[in-house]
Amino acid sequence: MRVHRLLVPALVVLLLALGPAEAMAPGTEAVPGPSGLSKALQALLNGVQFGSVIAITAVGLSLVFGTTRLINFAHGELVTVGAVTAFFFNASAGGPRWPLILSTVLAVIAGALLGGLIELGLFRPLRARGTSLISLFIITIGLSLLLRHLVLILFGTSPRSYREYDLQRAWNLGPVSITPRDLTIIGLSVLVLLGVALMLQKTRIGTAIRAVASNRDLAESSGIDVRRVVLVVWLLGGALAALGGVFFGLAEVITWDMGFRLLLLMFAGIILGGLGSAYGAMVGSFVIGIVAQVSTLWFPIDLQNAWALLVLIVVLLIRPQGILGRRERVG
Amino acid sequence: MDWTTVFSDAIRAGLGPVAACYALAAIGLNLHFGYTGLLNFGQVAFMLVGAYGVAASVSTFGLSLVAGVLIGLACSVVLALLLGLPALRLRAEYLAISTIAAGEILRLFYRSSWAEPVTGGVFGLQRFATAFYQANPIPRDTYGFWLVQFNSRDLWALAVAWAVVLVLCVVLAVLVRSPWGRVLRSIREDEDAVRSLGKSVYSYKLQSLVLGGAIGAMGGMMLAISTQSVNPDSYDPVVTFFLYTLLVLGGAGRVLGPVIGSILFWAVLTIVDSTLRQAITAGHIPETLLTAPEVGAARFALVGLGLMLLMIFRPQGLLGSRREMLLDAR
Repeated sequence: MRVHRLLVPALVVLLLALGPAEAMAPGTEAVPGPSGLSKALQALLNGVQFGSVIAITAVGLSLVFGTTRLINFAHGELVTVGAVTAFFFNASAGGPRWPLILSTVLAVIAGALLGGLIELGLFRPLRARGTSLISLFIITIGLSLLLRHLVLILFGTSPRSYREYDLQRAWNLGPVSITPRDLTIIGLSVLVLLGVALMLQKTRIGTAIRAVASNRDLAESSGIDVRRVVLVVWLLGGALAALGGVFFGLAEVITWDMGFRLLLLMFAGIILGGLGSAYGAMVGSFVIGIVAQVSTLWFPIDLQNAWALLVLIVVLLIRPQGILGRRERVG
Repeated sequence: MDWTTVFSDAIRAGLGPVAACYALAAIGLNLHFGYTGLLNFGQVAFMLVGAYGVAASVSTFGLSLVAGVLIGLACSVVLALLLGLPALRLRAEYLAISTIAAGEILRLFYRSSWAEPVTGGVFGLQRFATAFYQANPIPRDTYGFWLVQFNSRDLWALAVAWAVVLVLCVVLAVLVRSPWGRVLRSIREDEDAVRSLGKSVYSYKLQSLVLGGAIGAMGGMMLAISTQSVNPDSYDPVVTFFLYTLLVLGGAGRVLGPVIGSILFWAVLTIVDSTLRQAITAGHIPETLLTAPEVGAARFALVGLGLMLLMIFRPQGLLGSRREMLLDAR
């Protein structure tokens, strides 16, 4: 283990040293110059925005893991279902073409219902049967395949966009520029995350969620209805995933596999922050989003998610319990 | 409904080279998951490095096919060590997430413009297995029975692939019955008990990861050789999920589980595919419900449903014993 401690910083330094040299390679545009700082700030801002979408979706995934120890591979599909439901109400040819705000509210409700349905219809009965965690994990993979391809059949392969807020003129804020839409996404995400944090900290159900996450058996024996807490976590997780899906669809495009592509970044975020900790998931997701965007300063854009995932593996090497995770035995 | 075509196609798919290559990759996964209890969700990464090891060695660097196979195997060993050394010290779920992330990182790197001079980027590499087909001793003709016919090229590829499967099954059968295999199985059942007997659980897990990864790389190599092409996007994480599906179908922790599983998986997939297509053409399924281009997606949805139902109602698969497969996370 001591070797890893030295190896990883050395690797990071090596990559940083390698970076600018690569950017100078023939055929690619040279980055340095007076615009270097503003490019860096712009990438940072894009990273905050990407991170806020990852954070909103990752909180639910982390809470479900924290309360049930289940790694839910189908969480990405809750994201896709949210984005696609909002698309149906907002912009689909056969849909009602309602305003996006109303469509988003409906999508969030649909996401919560789907989350609740999965818990009540699938995982609660299976847990009652004593199905092992590994079996449940593989079942979430089956569920993910099923849901993703059902969406593919209903939605099709071509990427689509919402009817409103599609093309906007960017505002120049000093060295960076951002569209009002993207600024709204960041603002709303931060507000929702603060709301979730307040809920966890101040309300009875929030306290119960934290209690179950930190010690399920102890929580149960102190009179907390664990089944109800888990259901609330699934409803909340589904709602947040759907909201994140709409944001992701707004910032980029809606595709049938958008949630699955986001899933690994969510895992990277929650492992970086500390598996099972809601606040860790938030912090970690922002770091992952920023790493993905800032990497494009040095590396080709098609590798941005690869760098974010590399952070995940590096974290497992040096601090597997994550930034905010408890120092429990992880091996 | 033309059932003769449906069933002959299904047998063709079940015996074909693709089924053999998936069986190979699943044999490696069986060593990880079925015998050692390791949650490797990145078996596709081993297939990827194996396939590209062969393809890039031959078509980018102009080496021989044999050298390519050795390089592919070496890459898989390096990958297993890189992944296993840190992740095997941690709880099972960390291995699952880091292996799937590693698979995705590798796919993204191999398809990036950065790696294009070596890997061909999004276009992949083609025609690197001429030496393999030149060595084909089978005279040019079509062979087979009933409607199940293979040309000499396919027959050569599938014969070699199934021969490798057979050899590995025998090797594995011997290995898992040896004292070494007993340690692996007891790690799956109760890791702490094994540790208390003085065995280094970590080192056994690492050996299992390396060996199973190398077998997975062979699956990737055979797949690359039999299709004469590699493309990064055919090494999607979904391939690992298919491997789990066929492994659970056949029976994890059984020597023949992955083999039976792969044959059945491809046969059933083909049956579903051509039945749905025929039903749509004949008008049994209305166009509003499903159209022909959507059949590919529909069968993957059914794979997902099948995996769920198997894990819920028959987690031991066709061959396994239920008592042995009550795995739990550790």
